[in-house]
Amino acid sequence: MKRFSFLRLFSMLMKEFIQMRRDPLTFAMMVGVPLMQLMLFGYAINLNPKNLPTAIAIDDPGPFGRSIVAALANSSYFRIVEETNSPAHARELLQKGDVTFVVEIPVNFTRDIVRGSSPSIVIESDATDPSAGAYALAAFNGLSQTALRDDLKGPLAGRVQGPPPFQTVSHLLYNPESNTQYNIVPGLLGVILTMTMTLITSMAVTRERERGTYENLLAMPATPIEVMIGKITPYIFMGAVQVTLVLLAAYFIFQVPMWGSLTLLSVGITFFIIANLAVGYTFSTIAESQLQAMQMSFFFFLPSLMLSGFMFPFDGMPEWAQAIGQVLPLTHFLRIVRGILLKGNGFAEIWPQLWPLILFMFAAGAVAMARFRRTLD
Amino acid sequence: MTSPDTLAIDVHGLKKQFGSKLAVDGVDIAVPEGEVWGFLGPNGSGKTTTIRMLCGLLRADAGEGTCLGYDLRTQAEQIKREVGYMTQRFSFWEDLSIRENLEFVARVYELSDRKAKVDATLERLGLVQRQNQLAGELSGGWKQRMALASCMLHSPKLLLLDEPTAGVDPKARRDFWEEIHTLSEAGITVLVSTHYMDEAERCDRIVYILNGHVIARGTVGEVIEQSQLITFVIEGEGVRRLIGQLSRTPGVEHAAFFGAALHVSGRDRARLERAIAPLRGQSGLKVSEQQPSLEDVFIHLQEQAQ
Repeated sequence: MKRFSFLRLFSMLMKEFIQMRRDPLTFAMMVGVPLMQLMLFGYAINLNPKNLPTAIAIDDPGPFGRSIVAALANSSYFRIVEETNSPAHARELLQKGDVTFVVEIPVNFTRDIVRGSSPSIVIESDATDPSAGAYALAAFNGLSQTALRDDLKGPLAGRVQGPPPFQTVSHLLYNPESNTQYNIVPGLLGVILTMTMTLITSMAVTRERERGTYENLLAMPATPIEVMIGKITPYIFMGAVQVTLVLLAAYFIFQVPMWGSLTLLSVGITFFIIANLAVGYTFSTIAESQLQAMQMSFFFFLPSLMLSGFMFPFDGMPEWAQAIGQVLPLTHFLRIVRGILLKGNGFAEIWPQLWPLILFMFAAGAVAMARFRRTLD
Repeated sequence: MTSPDTLAIDVHGLKKQFGSKLAVDGVDIAVPEGEVWGFLGPNGSGKTTTIRMLCGLLRADAGEGTCLGYDLRTQAEQIKREVGYMTQRFSFWEDLSIRENLEFVARVYELSDRKAKVDATLERLGLVQRQNQLAGELSGGWKQRMALASCMLHSPKLLLLDEPTAGVDPKARRDFWEEIHTLSEAGITVLVSTHYMDEAERCDRIVYILNGHVIARGTVGEVIEQSQLITFVIEGEGVRRLIGQLSRTPGVEHAAFFGAALHVSGRDRARLERAIAPLRGQSGLKVSEQQPSLEDVFIHLQEQAQ
């Protein structure tokens, strides 16, 4: 026998190519994943997020306040979504997560500048994700030099030189020391659950099919809902164990603050776990092999990781990416878990994120049930 | 139930298509209660598909009928409760123990006295000592016995067995058939698919299916008779060299070895005699006419269809 035969090598190669062609999902993954990553990293992800939602609390009748608002909008870092004269209302928006910044322009801002004193503009920033606002805050601090340049004319022209006409003060709320762990560790809880829960259940029905036990199961009088609940429930307990571990580590090792109610958090977690299990179960009714089921879970996991606001600031993404992100359960869960732990959010503030999660859970469950055939056709 | 002479299976014109392939094309089967029917036919002829339609695992594209008096199209759930179906491939959970498998089945069927029934089944199987062993560790013969016992746990009135004895040793096969006949005496109807002729001969009646059509049915004797086949058996030295030439001789519809003996069959006696004639005088060769075996008939039917 020859040590190396090109014909044998060729026969091996041909067999591999044929098998590759017969497995379109693997091929789709080899092509799809790089494309997806290109799109996500190239277009969706922005490490210098702009257009961050901002609320202005302004109680200044004079023109300088307006100039500041215009300058904020022109900086492209701030997207002004609300203008109010009540700082309390603005703060509420920050608490709910509707805005990343609150800019407070004090009463008599214009008058104070005209009189020659140096009033302060306060910016409060939601620092649960410290990286999201860093560039915007730097831009804000630069405003004091430039924002009023055109307004300081005539008798005030002298103030263009010398010390800035007003001060900027920034307050980092919820995470004053900008600890990135405070943001990442609670987020990891969601990421871990997404990965393990979908992956494990995605194989639930597929495994039965691969081993041939599915036919036997179908021949018995078990209904789809019984099979589904029966298969999913054990993993809810497994998810609970994971949650306990991560939360204990978050508290004792990473010193993540836990301001809100843990009961409310467990409600959110439960819905989130079930939503992911339902997704995995749907995959398992579609996939023909366990490998395919894993590939499908991966296709779900990748955008969850990238577009949910876990790795990169959600508000910095273009609208189409945000729209995809809004559909993913992880996006809403991250807001819930960060809101409860870091901001002390209560039910009212959580509800806008909780109902999409519940809706998703029922939708995924319905698809899974519809996909579950009671026959082998 | 519906019919006075109570047919356990009574289906007409069953059809099933997969893609462009018509797997089952108009199958009629009527099995009276308490009989054991054999379901024969080559691989891919539609046996498994037909059985799956009977127990509600596949929806028939056309055709109608009843199984245990329940409508095949609308009462699949009732049928599932009263039919025992044994799949071709071992389909119990190999990572559960024998006992756990039986307990699962007992619960899914919501049986009463589950513990007693499981215990009795283990006792009868002789698996009490090994009840905590994983089902995957059982040998082929034991797996098959366990599968049959599991199918019987909910006391079905009809058993559908899809090649239950494939890959099982002769002794285990024999024991298995003893069990089938015991069940049949207790009034249970059995439809069993098989490739073994000796098993077919143990059935009350057989149905032979080819390319989705039933092409022969009746008792073994009837099927042989219907074929109008005449078979000569040639034995002796040098018989192995004869088959090539003989199968090309006019009058011989097929020639095949059964062990060391060559079976030469055809329907036209005169032409067959003429084909055999040169062999009759040869020394060391023994030529005799025998009743065709079931296998002769099936090979003949299959070759005719080609």
